[in-house]
Amino acid sequence: MDKKKPKKVFVQGAIPPEKIANSVANHQSKTEIGAHSIFLGQIRADEVEGKTVTAIDYTAYEEMAENVFHEIREAAFAKFDITCAHIYHSLGRVNVGELCLFVFTSSAHRKIAIEATNFFVEEIKAKVPVFGKEIFEDETHQWKVNK
Amino acid sequence: MTVTIKYFGLVAEAAERFEEILELDGVLTASELKAQCLNGLAIADKESVQIAVNQNLDDKITLKDGDEVALLPPFAGG
Repeated sequence: MDKKKPKKVFVQGAIPPEKIANSVANHQSKTEIGAHSIFLGQIRADEVEGKTVTAIDYTAYEEMAENVFHEIREAAFAKFDITCAHIYHSLGRVNVGELCLFVFTSSAHRKIAIEATNFFVEEIKAKVPVFGKEIFEDETHQWKVNK
Repeated sequence: MTVTIKYFGLVAEAAERFEEILELDGVLTASELKAQCLNGLAIADKESVQIAVNQNLDDKITLKDGDEVALLPPFAGG
């Protein structure tokens, strides 16, 4: 239905946990779905040389990032038999313990949904121009790099 | 010719700017412009910085008037 319409991915600040529950609720009328797969990225309190990360401040090359998100969606729909897919990523400050990435795919069967979610997460980490400033408790920082 | 340069993340921090418009002379590839922009900046691993020309990550592109160029440090989404 709305399978390939470009959607806005970025949200300002942390992704509220209620958004996940609402997304699930919004799919209960789609009875061809037999499986949802959800990935949630949460800010971890990493320790670096005795200092603890308290938040990540995300920035992005937004125009390019939205286009890359769209390309990843197109590739995912071409590759996997999924009913729908939703991605949300934070911009701005997200504190430890809060959510910064929400990937939600649905399919008739579990394997496809799980594989599609994994594809989205790996592609997002590798290809989307998002940058993360890890802020320590003393307000110093370092720049995050995806492994 | 005139190109717009956008700086992101640690590159913006080192350059102390987010955007500037540069007047360029002659024929220049994206990789040559990247070297020129990063020259003198305190960035430990300049190799890890990618350049996008009109959102295209190909550093062999020859620049033309009106291009939007972005200097992108390693990605950290998710």
